[in-house]
Amino acid sequence: MHALANPNRFLKLGDRIQPWALGLCLICLAVGLPIALAFSPPDYQQGDTVRIMYIHVPAAWMSLFCYGVMAAGSASFLIWRQPVANMMARASAPVGAMFAGLCLLTGMLWGEPMWGTPWVWDARLTSMLVLFFLYLGYMALGDAFDRPEQGDKAGAILALVGSVNLPIIKFSVDWWNSLHQPSIFSMAGISLDSSMILPLFLMVGAFQTFYIVVVLMGVRTQVLTAKVRAARLMRGT
Amino acid sequence: MKRKTQRLYFILLGGLAVATGIALVLAAFEDSIVFFYSPSDLSQQTINPGQRIRIGGLVEAGSVIKDGDTVTFKVTDTAETLSISYRGILPDLFREGQGIVAEGALLASGVFQASDVLAKHDENYMPPEVADALKAAGEWRPSQDGAEDAETAAVETISTETQ
Repeated sequence: MHALANPNRFLKLGDRIQPWALGLCLICLAVGLPIALAFSPPDYQQGDTVRIMYIHVPAAWMSLFCYGVMAAGSASFLIWRQPVANMMARASAPVGAMFAGLCLLTGMLWGEPMWGTPWVWDARLTSMLVLFFLYLGYMALGDAFDRPEQGDKAGAILALVGSVNLPIIKFSVDWWNSLHQPSIFSMAGISLDSSMILPLFLMVGAFQTFYIVVVLMGVRTQVLTAKVRAARLMRGT
Repeated sequence: MKRKTQRLYFILLGGLAVATGIALVLAAFEDSIVFFYSPSDLSQQTINPGQRIRIGGLVEAGSVIKDGDTVTFKVTDTAETLSISYRGILPDLFREGQGIVAEGALLASGVFQASDVLAKHDENYMPPEVADALKAAGEWRPSQDGAEDAETAAVETISTETQ
């Protein structure tokens, strides 16, 4: 039970953060979605299609962020045997997979009218698809063992190996010719008109706080599952 | 050495090894990872007529000729240009000065016969009024695919002509 002491403290902190995160998420969504989908200006070139960006870009960023948490949590679990870190990693995977899937899907919906094709095998799209599969692989591998400890370890190693994909996704549009346009962030600043920055960052805020809410639920579920398992072992059933 | 420190070094070394391996693989496959060649790349590569490749560049101003459902145009990377012939529906964003990617093969005549034409767009998003205001103020700087150089070059040509 000593190992669970730390998770309990973590969950206590989480209980205090969660309602605030949920409230902030709802506010960001309530304000951000109408601005993004209706009240923000259309693009000079793409018209109303540019509104897909307000879902696509935050989803893409969050899918990278979730993987970052997963990799950091896995490293901390492998090196320092931190159970909470591993739980954070395990809880981040489905959220990250959802964001990566959303990014791919909205990207296809955006690519069809603008590029003239929903999918091409350029470096950005391919590396993003690989990220999606890494999430699925991590979840499948983590649950593929009879002893959960083995699954945790195998998943953590996969998460760390897969983290080389993160810089590849980020810099794919700079290193290679690609159909996908470069990032709106560059040394020169942000290449987004000021009227479009607010809705984008409100959506980023909504996705980020949503992640916090869901990941805390995920960690709580794992702590409770571990407790149930420990109690069963003690009773010998 | 403590076990924790040992594990830390093991993971750092492992990460370095994996990253180096991936970097080598990506460097070796660079030619297949690039999504398209520029017209300049084409003069440096040996590409056989009939070999399927993708060419990317800016549609040269004044080069688009429509003849029925066949359209011919030139793409440029400001250094080299290439004539492209295409039969089919062009994407909405296709216009002069726009970045495009054409998939197809070089004919023996040196013309590129495209089977697909895709439009690129850049990372500059703004409302139409802002775009018009920028154009009116002469501050229009599309930054995609050397479009900036093309624009500057064009402006320079015009100003030398007027002088």
